[in-house]
Amino acid sequence: MLEIAGRRWGSRLIVGTGGFRSLEVMDRAIAAAGAEIVTVALRRVDVGTPGSLVEVLERAGVFLLPNTAGCYTAHDAVLTARMAREAFGTDWVKLEVIGDDRTLYPDATELLEAAETLVDDGFVVLPYTSDDPILARRLEEVGCAAVMPLGAPIGSGMGIRNPYNLAIIVEQAGVPVICDAGVGTASDAAIAMELGCDGVLMASAIAHAQDPVKMAQAMRGAVAAGRLAREAGRIPRRMHAEASTPEVGLPEYG
Amino acid sequence: MRISVNGNAREVSAPLTVAELVRGLGAGGADGRGVAVAVDAQVVPRSQWAQVQVTEGQRVEVLGAIQGG
Repeated sequence: MLEIAGRRWGSRLIVGTGGFRSLEVMDRAIAAAGAEIVTVALRRVDVGTPGSLVEVLERAGVFLLPNTAGCYTAHDAVLTARMAREAFGTDWVKLEVIGDDRTLYPDATELLEAAETLVDDGFVVLPYTSDDPILARRLEEVGCAAVMPLGAPIGSGMGIRNPYNLAIIVEQAGVPVICDAGVGTASDAAIAMELGCDGVLMASAIAHAQDPVKMAQAMRGAVAAGRLAREAGRIPRRMHAEASTPEVGLPEYG
Repeated sequence: MRISVNGNAREVSAPLTVAELVRGLGAGGADGRGVAVAVDAQVVPRSQWAQVQVTEGQRVEVLGAIQGG
């Protein structure tokens, strides 16, 4: 079970709802992923189609985790989180404070400031962060309920670019670590879980796959397999071969 | 009176509460569910929609859910 802020979840795969070509495909992909938590965003109502998205997700029985995507300052992110609390009736927030639109990397100082403010305001804060172990620690220290380091830039599909950093974050964290962003295919999700992450969050890898529903199913399997492998404990890597068949009892044919 | 709603100037009749404005926009579900409102960068809690008045020149943001990662 994945436990965040005292709440338990059966699925370790969190799905972003962005990028699907239709609500119907999104709905089927969420079901195939077995996700219990999905992220949503807030925008001016005249640019979206409010109502139908929330209705589809509520019918699917999933928990809506609002994000602060598109915010560049702590001020805007805090305001957006407070708006999301009113819109969705939840004090959980996926906190994103972006530094620039080319990398979509988090702005560390703004992120930390926003996290602190929102924790003080009673929010359950799940920050999207870089894979910097020190920043992850600082976010935990200000009271974040989880840390969500990227594996690679958002939407890049480049996989886990710095597994050592993720391993260090996992090793030191006292809160769940959720790998957020960078996953391109199933093996990437499995690697994140094998490194000891408690969960994986992804949007584009599923939504932009040629067959999003099938990819969602693949991701579900990968997250489960990666978790099992982590719990099972992998063999150490070694330079040279080690026979798995014993030499004792080998015949001598002369 | 003239107010701004989501960046667009709008001519509305005063007095106008936040609840009336949201209803007029047809935003969100039946009771404006799934929608959040800020007036002059201050979030207006849903519980106060029926009381809070929008006044001349104010900037109103009405936000709702969209798909997002």
